[in-house]
Amino acid sequence: MLNQAPSKIFVQNIAPLCKDEFPIFQNKELVYLDNAATAHKPRCVIDRMSNFLAHENATVRRGVYKLSEKATQTYEGARKKIAKFLNASSPEEIIFTKGATEALNLVAYCFGAISLREGDEVLITAMEHHANIVPWQVICQIRRAKLKVVPLTETGELDLDALEKLITDKTKILALTHISNVLGTVNPLKEIIALAHNHNVPVVVDGSQATPHTKIDLQDLKADFYVFSGHKAYGPTGIGVLYGRKELLVQMPPYQTGGDMIETVSFERTTFALPPYRFEAGTPPIAQAIGLGAALDFIDRVGLEQIATHEDALLHYATEKLSEIPGLKIYGTAKDKASLISFTMDCAHPHDIGTVLDDDFGVAVRAGHHCAQPLMKLLGVPATTRASFALYNGSADVDKLVEALWRVREIFA
Amino acid sequence: MSKLKNLYQQLILDHSKNPRNFGSLPGANHLCQGKNPVCGEEIEVRLLVGENDLVEDIMFSGSGCSISQASASLMTQIVKGKTKAETIALFEAFQEMLKTSSSEELSPDLVSLLGKLTVFAGVREYPSRVKCAGLAWHVVKGALKHEIEAVTTE
Repeated sequence: MLNQAPSKIFVQNIAPLCKDEFPIFQNKELVYLDNAATAHKPRCVIDRMSNFLAHENATVRRGVYKLSEKATQTYEGARKKIAKFLNASSPEEIIFTKGATEALNLVAYCFGAISLREGDEVLITAMEHHANIVPWQVICQIRRAKLKVVPLTETGELDLDALEKLITDKTKILALTHISNVLGTVNPLKEIIALAHNHNVPVVVDGSQATPHTKIDLQDLKADFYVFSGHKAYGPTGIGVLYGRKELLVQMPPYQTGGDMIETVSFERTTFALPPYRFEAGTPPIAQAIGLGAALDFIDRVGLEQIATHEDALLHYATEKLSEIPGLKIYGTAKDKASLISFTMDCAHPHDIGTVLDDDFGVAVRAGHHCAQPLMKLLGVPATTRASFALYNGSADVDKLVEALWRVREIFA
Repeated sequence: MSKLKNLYQQLILDHSKNPRNFGSLPGANHLCQGKNPVCGEEIEVRLLVGENDLVEDIMFSGSGCSISQASASLMTQIVKGKTKAETIALFEAFQEMLKTSSSEELSPDLVSLLGKLTVFAGVREYPSRVKCAGLAWHVVKGALKHEIEAVTTE
């Protein structure tokens, strides 16, 4: 058995993109490969939020004074940027939430409330994050509906034949991820949505892993709902987005009630505002929404095509390097795969790998079940180690990861 | 010694690679299972407790990281032949060690009570791994109390 890295190492230089725009990398020791969990923030996002808080802060959609009117314009400007980024047909289809999880809960409760009856079925897939499983499980219990799960193929792709067979007259919702946070699989969304629409089944998409990495055109995809979180897309935490088709949003009851989501209130009766405000009760996360707008501007400036090409090169380089390590097994080998690699090593548990990587090499990876316990069970492992890449990663980061993994073998094999 | 070498000492690596008292125990009269939901570690401990509350035999099974498996293995070695009361005292001493800040020296009394179990003192540098080391001890305590439902370190 090989216990040392091969002496002749094939080196390919893939330079990071825009790394000097990210203040966190002033820490030269940091090799950050946990981007599927959260991404770091470029200076422009930090500065934009800081400037808003320092000089432009006011509540939105309430004040009659100039400062508030300006803040409202900036906040609504962020909504417009998001609509444009996703190619939604109107900013009214963009709802700010506190994250992707809240957005999925909102759809499950509010769309579930108008679409699910006893005996109906909700279809999800075996590769979902807990955030796209549990809300459906709960709403199915409440509405006495049934949750069904689309299986995967050997390569970690959705079994599309099985998907088609699972759609019945009773299916009222299909909820699936755009990109798997564990396997990296990019689902053929357009094809799946068209298939579901042929059976009049609306489709909810968890785009958390997709927005920072791949171009999204909702008018082309025709998703009924699409959610993502700000912090994985170089924006701040505490902000997420729910896109919903207007015809559906107007039929849905509010998620939370309170200020700013009403039309008129009396002690006898309240009427609710139109979307998107119906779904934005209370003072929203204003600075965060503006920060997300700045993050999407940043992504636009770099260009999603360039980002995708860069990350694809990293994925191929890393896959090749990792495959040279004896006893290392990669999970998820889809043809269309995003820039993340989940793996196990026969000599060490993911938590031991994570500790060695961090401690001796400054390499930050995720070790665990990735909030996808049903998928882990299916893969037959309690946990995996996951390295996930972003634009500021380069081949030097991969080399460091690989060096660290050889060290893991030295310690544990 | 580096922090990492202190964590993965030879004794720990040895026990994780070759766990002692691993498997089932026919005739066990005490049993408990435990999980660390964050990490997914699972440990089951079976005990044969005889007269005078003496642990006559003990076996464990389960899966998890090297720290959790080594801790379970060493625990079984040390608990075998002890009384219930001695085992509980060791459980408490082990917890005290894990709770002691890594910048503080362990008290001489604690060190002499714990003996080679102090090999796990290095996990104090790694807050996310403390639960890995503690799991087996929570499970054996649960087993001694006849608790048959699963205990967790959460």
